[in-house]
Amino acid sequence: MSNTTLKVNGSTHSVDVDPSTPLLYILRNDLGLQGPRFGCGLGQCGACTVIVNGQAVRSCITPVSSVKGEITTLEGISAQGRLHPLQQAWIDEQVPQCGFCQNGQIMTAKALLDKNPTPTDAQIREGMNRTLCRCMTYYRIQAAIKRAANTIADARPAAEKEVVA
Amino acid sequence: MTSFTSIPKHIEETLENCTVTPRRTFLKRAGLLAVSFGAGISPLVRSAEAQTPAASNGATPQTAGPYVDPDFRQLDSWIVVHQDNTATFYVGKTDCGQGTGTSFRQLMADEMDIAFEKTTCIMGSTDITVDQGGSGGSTAMERDAWPMRRAAAEARRVLLEMGSARLGVPVDQLTVTDCVIAVKDVKGDPSKRVTYGQLIGGKRFNVTLTGANVNAATGVAKLKPVQDLKTVGQSPQRYDIPAKVDGSLKWAVDVKLPGMVHARNVKPPFAGAKLTGIDESSVSGMPGFIKVLSKGNYVAVVCEREEQAINASRKLKTTWEKPTTAPFPASEDLFNYIRGAEPTSTTRPMIVGNPDAAFAGAPKLIEADYEIPFQGHTAISGAHAMADPSNGQMTVYSNDMKSYGMRRGVAEFLGMPREKVRVVWMEGPQGFGRTAADDAGCEAAWLAHELGRPVRIQWMRDEETAWDTKAPAFAVKMRGGLDANGNIVAYDYNARTLDYNHVGYNEPDTVLIAQLMGSRRANPDRGSSATPSEMYAIPNRRMATEVVRLPLIWETPLRTGNLRDPNGPQSTFASESFIDELAAAAKADPYEFRLKLLTAESKDDAAFRRARSIACLQAVAKAYGWDSRPSPNPRSAGNILTGRGIAYGFRGSTVVAEIADVEVNRRTGHVWAKRLVCAHDCGLVVNPQSLRHAVECGMLHSLSRAIHEEVRFDTEKVTSVDWNSHPTLTHADTPASIEVVLVNGDPNPNRPDLPPYGAGEASCKPMLAAIANAIYDATGVRLRRLPFRDVRVLAALNAARV
Repeated sequence: MSNTTLKVNGSTHSVDVDPSTPLLYILRNDLGLQGPRFGCGLGQCGACTVIVNGQAVRSCITPVSSVKGEITTLEGISAQGRLHPLQQAWIDEQVPQCGFCQNGQIMTAKALLDKNPTPTDAQIREGMNRTLCRCMTYYRIQAAIKRAANTIADARPAAEKEVVA
Repeated sequence: MTSFTSIPKHIEETLENCTVTPRRTFLKRAGLLAVSFGAGISPLVRSAEAQTPAASNGATPQTAGPYVDPDFRQLDSWIVVHQDNTATFYVGKTDCGQGTGTSFRQLMADEMDIAFEKTTCIMGSTDITVDQGGSGGSTAMERDAWPMRRAAAEARRVLLEMGSARLGVPVDQLTVTDCVIAVKDVKGDPSKRVTYGQLIGGKRFNVTLTGANVNAATGVAKLKPVQDLKTVGQSPQRYDIPAKVDGSLKWAVDVKLPGMVHARNVKPPFAGAKLTGIDESSVSGMPGFIKVLSKGNYVAVVCEREEQAINASRKLKTTWEKPTTAPFPASEDLFNYIRGAEPTSTTRPMIVGNPDAAFAGAPKLIEADYEIPFQGHTAISGAHAMADPSNGQMTVYSNDMKSYGMRRGVAEFLGMPREKVRVVWMEGPQGFGRTAADDAGCEAAWLAHELGRPVRIQWMRDEETAWDTKAPAFAVKMRGGLDANGNIVAYDYNARTLDYNHVGYNEPDTVLIAQLMGSRRANPDRGSSATPSEMYAIPNRRMATEVVRLPLIWETPLRTGNLRDPNGPQSTFASESFIDELAAAAKADPYEFRLKLLTAESKDDAAFRRARSIACLQAVAKAYGWDSRPSPNPRSAGNILTGRGIAYGFRGSTVVAEIADVEVNRRTGHVWAKRLVCAHDCGLVVNPQSLRHAVECGMLHSLSRAIHEEVRFDTEKVTSVDWNSHPTLTHADTPASIEVVLVNGDPNPNRPDLPPYGAGEASCKPMLAAIANAIYDATGVRLRRLPFRDVRVLAALNAARV
């Protein structure tokens, strides 16, 4: 066991655990965050996804000792009491069926949009491809990502927007 | 170290406020809901709809018991009206992710004349909701919504009578709008109006319903005609979704209790293996280790922390003796095995006309064998449960879709009185039948019973994929005879299904932990097969089914269980592929060929199915823009071959017709279903948006089964253990376009009272065949063995020199 300090969603936590412990179990069982979920424990499905330094990270295979940087979970992507545009798009498109995988879908989509705010359909498929849903809500997820991208684009100040001749 | 061993705050608050006597429990329940609303919901989501998930997970007071069954003949068991003119509906159903709770609220709110947004719905917890069996069989709207509606109508009737007494005005001179009862034609006089909340808020109805069973429960009020239902037919957003996307929903996996510990199973490394030794010293020094618990061939390791239990379960040294005979053939030999096996049961064939004579006289005969492997439920996460043995009771927090069955199973498995056991239903990963035969509930309960501490267990990925319940494998032999004009004159369907000892719903003697502990039922379940679901008029037809078994039927990872429209997709893959083969042999357009079979002379229109089959086929062809030509499509020169496939079927009374466009890459064998179109008729539509989404996802589930899913095994064990070895549909596989046409009501536009039929499964049925037919149309190659993975498709294309 050893002390590890984690910064999660703006708060700092100290946990005393085996450094090889996957981040997922710390978030869920020590910090009480339930957005990231156990799906496979193998990094194959994405249900456990969190964002570290802008990257979508599979917390089920990430030893806590290897985490260098602030962690954002599903609970942390909303700001000032407002849902993230992706979360709102998920509601507007009524995306989930059971919803268990949607943490991974939303967090992977957020990392995707943060890097590429205007993805093409092909880039969405490619960027989301390793994030699995057994209820098969993919079609609605892809629609919601496009909706959120539009919302984000509309909210940007005019000066930031690309000038299209 | 940070400690987080408390149970969710809203459950905790509920516990603190709980009382024991039924009367006081009721009153507390009526008031407590407000507490749990406020405590559990996301601060981000303030709409009333968002409050229900928190309420449904929170309003479960952990009393000392006994947990008496709510009486379905008491109106108070179904509906509680609060002083603020809101109402809570208690229903004995669970939502498998298709939004049924929202639809129940729409139906009940409309019957009761209360605004939809003023209602909430609590589902599936055995001590506070009547036993409607939980979920299964697409029965939510078709069967189980009826007693809910009748209870709501009765509540309205009783409230109108109370209002009549209060206002001194006969009922027939009263109107009711959104909980406000007012005297007709009197406006602005507060003395001439009274609200539901004023009449009964927080108090009991004390009204007895009648009915021989829960499905028949009724008061004396009549239901409204469909035209008078306000929100039915509209699409209010699902109340459960906001908390699922902002991270605030407490799922069954999230329950935490003081003193809880974590368990993981150690499964036999070989099917049918016998445990000969456990070396506890291999893990007893590991951090957090508590105990190895074992009985028969069941082994679990318990540790303080979750990751410790995972590590210890992997490190525990156990020795096993292999069975003397192979438990099953390897998966590549499965279909030869099925065809050579001795049937365990044979149904009496359904025969129309004289098939033998018709075959003898038919100028053109066609035969084909179709093969459907075992396919897993493979939920996105493993089976899980938390069991709390405190107070000499047993509370299981579970996502089991048949929570009532689990309660019975746990009680009998542990030898506890039923009233000391309850199951609190919470949301979980959907397995479309896997949670009807959930294994983790009995495991958690047994471990908690043995340890005297709350135990949380969850299956790991390899365990879930290898050992969950499987959809039965099918081998189907089909024969058809055509006359000189290309008409079907003879038809023979013969299905063999590997379904012997089909698993039940948490039965205490067949649940996996019981099997591993040595339980053997004297008469294993016979299993079942399926015949095609279509209304084709074929003059001479024979349909027969047989069930066969594997050598090992107990403690096997190849246990069969109900997977979404059990057996329907398999049977329909064969029958609707074969109709296409006959159409191709007759050089007929496959849509027109089907339509001709449906419009042929026949008086049998069972439950409007034939007329509605015609309507659905016509609707899907119209939406697609179908032009007449036989299959296959003339082959283009490039690497991408394109084709279209059509198939149809029904599940119960729900009719569905589907068309798929595919692209087949002749160099890689890769199949992409680029466009899907569905025409769907399930009678009355309660929530069109929820329905469309369920239909879409059902089609994609079967697309996944068509192109990806197969359980593989050698002669010792299942080798499909993760998402690489049992792949599933991905974002890249998703069609570019999906269209769903709701045909409902047509061809009976004068029947507005057409009841709702089931919709959770029907769209799964034809898709396997639609994809196979589209691949044939694209390539001219008929694939009769699922799934159509790239390697198999490429081999078939190469063999046919495509």
